[in-house]
Amino acid sequence: MLFLQCSGGLELLCDSVKIHKVNVEQQKGVEKLTMKDLLTWVRTNLIKERPEMFMKGDTVRPGVLVLVNDCDWELSGLLNTTLEENDVVVFISTLHGG
Amino acid sequence: MESNSRDASAILREIEALKATRNEIDSKISALEAQLREIKLQNGNDNGVLNNGSCPPISGLDSGFGHGLTPQMIYRYSRHLLLPSFGVQGQSNLLKSSILVVGAGGLGSPALLYLAACGVGRLGIVDHDVVELNNMHRQIIHTEEYIGQPKVKSAAAACLSINSTIKIVEHKEALLASNALEILSQYDIVVDATDNAPSRYMISDCCVVLGKPLVSGAAVGLEGQLTVYNYNGGPCYRCLFPTPPPSTACQRCSDSGVLGVVPGVIGCLQALEAIKIASAIGEPLSRRMLLFDALSGRMRIVKIRGRSLQCEVCGENTTFSKQQFQEFDYEKFTQTPLSPAPLKLNLLQADSRISGKEFKERIDNEEAHVLVDVRPEHHFKIVSLPRSLNIPLPSLEARLAEISSALEKKEDETNSGSGAQLYVVCRRGNDSQRAVQYLHKMGFTSAKDIIGGIEGCARDVDPNLPMY
Ligand SMILES: [Zn+2]
Repeated sequence: MLFLQCSGGLELLCDSVKIHKVNVEQQKGVEKLTMKDLLTWVRTNLIKERPEMFMKGDTVRPGVLVLVNDCDWELSGLLNTTLEENDVVVFISTLHGG
Repeated sequence: MESNSRDASAILREIEALKATRNEIDSKISALEAQLREIKLQNGNDNGVLNNGSCPPISGLDSGFGHGLTPQMIYRYSRHLLLPSFGVQGQSNLLKSSILVVGAGGLGSPALLYLAACGVGRLGIVDHDVVELNNMHRQIIHTEEYIGQPKVKSAAAACLSINSTIKIVEHKEALLASNALEILSQYDIVVDATDNAPSRYMISDCCVVLGKPLVSGAAVGLEGQLTVYNYNGGPCYRCLFPTPPPSTACQRCSDSGVLGVVPGVIGCLQALEAIKIASAIGEPLSRRMLLFDALSGRMRIVKIRGRSLQCEVCGENTTFSKQQFQEFDYEKFTQTPLSPAPLKLNLLQADSRISGKEFKERIDNEEAHVLVDVRPEHHFKIVSLPRSLNIPLPSLEARLAEISSALEKKEDETNSGSGAQLYVVCRRGNDSQRAVQYLHKMGFTSAKDIIGGIEGCARDVDPNLPMY
């Protein structure tokens, strides 16, 4: 089980729901789930509209920060970050308003 | 109507007369207060702070306490001085510092009020906008009497009325790549309280080029974000966001709405971070970002990356210079204008469009028609035109049958044979054009959009229609 959170407007792409508890099936023969796997899963299962507002190519679109357990995924290996049971993954769109 | 307008002018005259009387009373009160102050000064001040003249000053020198704070400063900032971790050193650092706040809006309002109150030596304000009524719910530095006047002027007056002992500098202009170096270079710390992507990139780049710490805050809807860039080897805005987001991903308060207190919270935190840097206390929020979700009542601090060696502006092998900065086209880079004027699309031929005035004439002549309003439902609830059908743009495709049957019903009612007209309206006349384009494609070839939308009607046809 993983805890996913979408905010900064990204929740609008998944029926305005911010917090999702999800079970992501692991591919057979693969030991650990990676962020790359999770993104593919999120795009297929969570994003209900305008997927281009969430992803670009095989990663998130510019302006989206990804945090794994409250830490920038840049520090844990981006797409190669491995995920453990009960990890919290936050997708947040940067805000510009004021 | 005639007698109504006579009544109104009589009321207006009475208001004017009362205001004149009030001004007279106000000036009498001011004169008396001045007299009272004079008397108090002569008789000794009961605050015990000012020398009352009956005994010579103990300190001998004007401010000879070894830290440069005058007795008035000591009294004004006493609660700061009583903080062991802040104290005299923190306060005198603050008094010697200079801070620039870019934007006197929802974030800038509380930031400026606290920065003025706490005794920042020199406080600069940049803004080119004027105060509007729909700013007041969140831009709490401005008062109703300043509506229509420059925000800089209004904000400066508010700051000075809280603390007349600091220097306030008014920059009544838009911050551009051409003037940013000159303005930002006059300050130690920059607070980004703007509301758009190109300004955020521009301010960050300018801070990198000049080596200034940047306190950056943002708020939209019910969420806020805060971090400190370019501080002590930490990342700049571009380290985090090397590529700008698509312009469609940038929500704006004027479109998405904002709960007034949310930028208020973030603006206060921006003041706090600026104060920490200026007074050299605590740990500024560098390499970390604060995320505020007002609805769920959550504030979380997350760890973000450090300076990126590959950053085009602050990285290892960068050649980004002052000159390159001045020549950089931030609007092109972000595909967003620096001072966001409302978008004005022009997608349709003139004969597929109709002015609000002409539309009203046709209604008054009881023309058979169906009016579709393509705004979101919560907009429709704020205000709508009579007998309009609300079909939000995203659901138009799925609800075409409703339009067909409404048109048929109208035709049956009127038996005109010539068919009922189809009009589309939205807030400002952009989505209505998109909708008409789609309707044409789907066979509703006579569909027309109302130019300028509800806002245009409120401006040109019916002043009783509320604007929002
Ligand atoms: Zn950088």
